[in-house]
Amino acid sequence: MLEINNLHASVVDIENSEILNGINLKVGKGEVHAIMGPNGSGKSTLANVLMGRPDYLVTDGDVTLEGESILELRPDQRAHLGMFLAFQYPAEIPGVRPWQFLKAALDSKAESRGEDKMSVRNFSKLFDEKVEAVGINPNLVKRSLNEGFSGGEKKRNEMLQLEVLQPALAILDETDSGLDVDALRIVAEGVNSMRSPERSFIVVTHYQRLLNYITPDVVHILVKGKIVKTGGADLALEVEKDGYQEYLEAAGANA
Amino acid sequence: MTLATPAVAVEKFSGAYESLAAGSSDVPEWLKAVRQQGWATFSELGLPTKRRGNELWKYTNLQPLAAADFAYIVGGLVTVDQIKAAGPWDDAWNTIVVVDGKFSAELSNLHDTVGLDAGSLAEAISSGKGDIESQLASLAGREEYAFTALSTAFIEDGAYIAIADGTELEQPIQVVFVTSDDAESRASYPRMVVDAGANTSIVLIETYLNLSDSAQFSAPVGELFAGDQSTIRHYRVQIENESSFHLGTTRVRQLADSNFTSTSFAVGASIARNDVHTLLDAPGATCTLHGLYMTSGSQQQDQEISTTHAKPGCSSNQFYKGILSGKSHAVFSGKVVVMRDAQKSDATQKDLNLLLSRGAEIDAKPSLEIYADDVTVAHGATAGHVDKDTLFYLQSRGVDEETAKAILVRGFAEEMLNEFEPKALNDFVERITDERIPILLAESDTIGTA
Repeated sequence: MLEINNLHASVVDIENSEILNGINLKVGKGEVHAIMGPNGSGKSTLANVLMGRPDYLVTDGDVTLEGESILELRPDQRAHLGMFLAFQYPAEIPGVRPWQFLKAALDSKAESRGEDKMSVRNFSKLFDEKVEAVGINPNLVKRSLNEGFSGGEKKRNEMLQLEVLQPALAILDETDSGLDVDALRIVAEGVNSMRSPERSFIVVTHYQRLLNYITPDVVHILVKGKIVKTGGADLALEVEKDGYQEYLEAAGANA
Repeated sequence: MTLATPAVAVEKFSGAYESLAAGSSDVPEWLKAVRQQGWATFSELGLPTKRRGNELWKYTNLQPLAAADFAYIVGGLVTVDQIKAAGPWDDAWNTIVVVDGKFSAELSNLHDTVGLDAGSLAEAISSGKGDIESQLASLAGREEYAFTALSTAFIEDGAYIAIADGTELEQPIQVVFVTSDDAESRASYPRMVVDAGANTSIVLIETYLNLSDSAQFSAPVGELFAGDQSTIRHYRVQIENESSFHLGTTRVRQLADSNFTSTSFAVGASIARNDVHTLLDAPGATCTLHGLYMTSGSQQQDQEISTTHAKPGCSSNQFYKGILSGKSHAVFSGKVVVMRDAQKSDATQKDLNLLLSRGAEIDAKPSLEIYADDVTVAHGATAGHVDKDTLFYLQSRGVDEETAKAILVRGFAEEMLNEFEPKALNDFVERITDERIPILLAESDTIGTA
């Protein structure tokens, strides 16, 4: 599904700002990968680079989706190929209703694939179902997108978008940050209900907490822009117990 | 007042004024005196210039207006279908149509409505309706402001609306000011007088449009009298063609516990000014002045908004939003004056702008003059570009860049558009906005750079 080879990236317009220092990663169809790491390790950058955020510049390496390089594609083109990024800090957009925006997103996707746009009636039905499934307050989605939403509501709204857009590869960028246990469970339930042999996930997180609810197939430890260890679900528990100190020291010694 | 420089462009208007004065034997003496006074003031002032010390016109160059010529011909040929196609319309509304400054009984759509007297201003003048003699040109005309003075010199016709005490009207009253579909460049000075009695409630829509593509000059003046405990929900739509000059004035005098709420939609004309002043002249009066302006190309769009708190316990709110592209220019000049007696006043001012191009310019100038000590005031103005993080968010969901930009611009306008409550009016301003956004975006070069 997704293959990352020797990926290097830095911040646009800032010299010597390399954040990713040669990442190699393969995510197979239907797999859930967790990427863990201390603050500043580059895990959020990785999530954003994969989606094509213009703030970052890829300086070396490649990323392929189903064998095709995506680095030259715009974020919307990547979305059309089935990629999705759940944001750590979803943008607040005054005057734009979630309904309207998601309809535009689906329409763009349909257009790019030469398919017919979904009718307003069918979309409304789908939207209402998903609102109920995600457990988001129906009054909230009538308001401006994310404006005045609490942290938990914003994340739930990200899950709503995930449900409506049905991506093939969903990247969750610290979706658990700022959530209480109940909200965390809702996010996890959303992800678990969408797990399928056809859909892959990359779950970026600082804490092991989220992984109590979402059991990953593979766990990677990211330190200073490199994956320093890869293991099974129990690797997350090790990190929970021992922290990142030994990895940081090892990375420091290598530097 | 003595001026160091000679009055500009007075001679351009003098011929028309003289023939109007010569041919008005049937006009009441008091109106002749009002016109003379208007002309005397205008001929002393001339068209405003950017000369030093002229704070009101510092950011606005009227040279193109001074250089143009306009014929003064009242009335022209227009059909109802043309008006319906060009502006908002609902058969259920009471609609007054004023063509090239002249009331048209044929085009107006007036229902028998208890408590409402709506029709021609000329007729109200000749038959001496209500307080017309004391009201006309009392709020706008005797002050030293060139365009109200010029308009006053040319008072002939327009709209007169009187609402009897205690009348509450659900259906809006619309006044359409239209210039006719011929190649001629015309000058028009339509007036509107609205006399809302005590305990009245009305919805008033003012619509300015022209049917030709040639440059028109209009200096319309509306004077509104809000009686005790009256409620006026006012809308002003200005969609004139982009060769025209629109120098509009609205003056409102509010009595005790009256409520005046106004929302402007200003997208038209080459040079446009929406000059609004509300006088809170009795305790408990409140006014809310809102508006949306959108400019592209080389348009100039001014909002000259002021409120005077003359009596205690009044509140005012000014909130405008602008979307600018191309090499266009907008001015927000908001002023609140709180007089010495106006204790317990509450005033807010806000102007938010979305700049879509490097060539666009906004001059935002909120100001407060406070002579009382017990007041609550707040003001602010911002100008920003479309946020690149927000753009990325939308794009990451699969929305292409053009659509994402359009969604964001529309989102910025949304809260003002939502204020246009009458259905046909709301549909109209939304449609015009949706038509404008691609034009604004075609001239945009700053998105994603902020």
